[in-house]
Amino acid sequence: MKGLLSRLLGQPWVGSFLAAGLVWLLAVVFAGGHGGGEILSSALAFATFTVIVGLGQMMVITTGPGNVDLSIPATMTLSGVIAMKLMDTESALILVGIAAAMGASFLVGVANYGLIRLLRIPPIIATLSSSFLVLSTAISIGRGLRIKPPAPLADFATARAFGVPFAAIAVAALAAIIGLTLKHTIYGRTVAAIGQNERAAWLAGLDVRRTRFATYVLSAMLAGLCGVLQSGFSGGSALNMGDDFLLASIAVVVIGGTSVAGGRGNVPGIWGAALFMYLLVTMLNIFGASPGVRLVMTGLIIIAVIAVAGSENPRRA
Amino acid sequence: MSTEAIRLDGVEKSFGAVRALAGVDLVVAVGECLGLVGHNGAGKSTLMHVLAGALLPDAGRLTVGGAEPKAQWSAAASQAAGIRCVFQELSLCPNLSVAENARITHASLRGFGWKGRARALICAKLDEIFPGHRIAPDDEIAHLPIGQRQMVEIARAFTVTSAPLRLVILDEPTSSLDAVAAGQLLSYIRKETARGTAIILISHILGEVLATSDRIVVMKDGKQVAARPAQAFDRSSLMAAMGSDLKEVEARGDRRQSPKADSAVVVRASPQREGGGGELVVREGEIVGLAGLAGHGQTRLLLQIFAGQADIDRPVAFVAGDRQNEGVFNLWSIAENVTVASLRSLIQRGFINVAAEAKLARAWRERIGIRTSDMGRNILTLSGGNQQKVLFARALASDARIILMDDPMRGVDIGTKLEVYAMIRAEAAAGRSFLWYTTELDELTHCDKVYVFWNGKISDSIEAADFSEQRVLRASFAESGT
Repeated sequence: MKGLLSRLLGQPWVGSFLAAGLVWLLAVVFAGGHGGGEILSSALAFATFTVIVGLGQMMVITTGPGNVDLSIPATMTLSGVIAMKLMDTESALILVGIAAAMGASFLVGVANYGLIRLLRIPPIIATLSSSFLVLSTAISIGRGLRIKPPAPLADFATARAFGVPFAAIAVAALAAIIGLTLKHTIYGRTVAAIGQNERAAWLAGLDVRRTRFATYVLSAMLAGLCGVLQSGFSGGSALNMGDDFLLASIAVVVIGGTSVAGGRGNVPGIWGAALFMYLLVTMLNIFGASPGVRLVMTGLIIIAVIAVAGSENPRRA
Repeated sequence: MSTEAIRLDGVEKSFGAVRALAGVDLVVAVGECLGLVGHNGAGKSTLMHVLAGALLPDAGRLTVGGAEPKAQWSAAASQAAGIRCVFQELSLCPNLSVAENARITHASLRGFGWKGRARALICAKLDEIFPGHRIAPDDEIAHLPIGQRQMVEIARAFTVTSAPLRLVILDEPTSSLDAVAAGQLLSYIRKETARGTAIILISHILGEVLATSDRIVVMKDGKQVAARPAQAFDRSSLMAAMGSDLKEVEARGDRRQSPKADSAVVVRASPQREGGGGELVVREGEIVGLAGLAGHGQTRLLLQIFAGQADIDRPVAFVAGDRQNEGVFNLWSIAENVTVASLRSLIQRGFINVAAEAKLARAWRERIGIRTSDMGRNILTLSGGNQQKVLFARALASDARIILMDDPMRGVDIGTKLEVYAMIRAEAAAGRSFLWYTTELDELTHCDKVYVFWNGKISDSIEAADFSEQRVLRASFAESGT
């Protein structure tokens, strides 16, 4: 039993859940012991969106140093705008809208990988520059108008059972599938192998190119999914709807115990980190901290986590 | 002036429960070349780390030039006392140039024009030890093949500026050098000892230890078990002193049945080179050797075949010799490192079958003798030789019928080599084909056919019956035309 506990505590994702729990406790205590359940419920609702994009970002970061997807916010926006415009508040068009949004996201992923592979542009530049194109497309399609989501979509995105959002349950299942994929499929093993040593992965007979392609496409499509859900949740798409997710998608991956240097992904940690990030902001709000202080705190915490995680001896993985 | 360069009395060192050095007495005289042999894990590397000041002994005494070192023993004290080391795991900075790496160990190269002096220093030494080395002082280390990196590391150890040169320790210095460069180094060692420098030569290649050393010390289980003048040893008495079974060694001599000349051709490849590079043909069940000086196109041809730019009609696997850069996945367990090339056969209902994966890993631990109690431990807990076995197991466990090997025996001890040779022969008898690039001439005797490379093309092809070292060396300089 003791062995199990120490093994559990040795997992890199446990820390993020402990931190989330601690912040929640502080917030509840400061609020006089009230509203703990509500805070948790809304934390779950908001964390869900961060987790979706975090999963994609995790896969990309795990493929090795230099790999990161900075086009996530733009892809979310494009996907949300396309979906809302096509659905045009009609319930009958929900599936058409989702299909078109996912198709567009797929193309963004293909374009990202194309820039990286064919033009040999570093991923950080490739995805950043493609996000300008993607966002411009979203602006020209959406014209800045906020179109409401059809009622069934809004209902699904906001529905809860005993305080637990439906979307959170669905995304928990999605996270489980991605966790399984990472550990127990050829694709997942290849992602981890490339992240450790791309040349060795190629020489071991793994399909490096196809795996990297699939990973950038996966990240873009998860961003697209997040865009549609977010539009349903917050009453329509907006051109700035992805803004908070650039830093958040990377932060939850890093805080969640995924190796920044690649080769080792961590799925449960993304949930812990996403809850932690939301609860931290909530706690600072309850404390009455100004937005400036909140941003400074968030930045400091991310730096601290990277410093601690980076000093770990990589040999003792 | 003392005639002793360095002396150790009763030096002990333990790592936890493991006793790496169990009381070692060792004297190296001025101008002496001392050969040091023993299996992987006999304590040779630990002893050298103590001399280099990287490790402090738990007990025992160390004297340099007949006197106790004045300061606390450390890497800096060792360097100041004139002790230089060339370790098996090379210690050059890959992002710096050859000249900049030379500067790292010579703090006196400072001020205006230090780079020019560093260039001149390292170039002169490279020219002296390895004439015709083809290394430029501004080459970045990362872009040099492993053989040239080893040359730079060796040449740097022999350069002198402010600190004197008393003792140079060479740990497997020829493991990545081809026959010619290795020969150049060994004759340079004789020249350097004549000038009064003491040298400790650690090598698994017994022939070069026997030919180069004045005296040979055999280590086993952290102790010195034999020390005699080199003339008093021969190959078999040296093997016996190390505790190896002689019968195994003699089994090497058995020529195996070569596969029939009409068995199916599985690889047909031509080195990509202007004016044609010749043609290489591999048949089913054949062991084909690639020889010649390092960097003359052997590895390039293996990679070309691996990338599919040749006629191949069987699945291919690659065994890397440069373990760190091309073989091992550092974050993974031993088991994951073994099974990574066999995942397709482990898939059940879309997912990797965990039980089958563990079983496959365990089976290969037994078959190839990976020394660990738990295949779930991290790959870096293994010694270099055992990591290399993992890379062999990875290729042999896969469904590949053609195995490409890129000088895979670097730093592997004789016992392990014999096990792997036997396994290669057994696999070839079962119909697998091997393409084997090696820098050790001895290993070519295991091959059914040898292609010698020169300047990117095949300069000779030798059947087993006609094989001789002279012919390989001649073709290495393209003196024989085919």
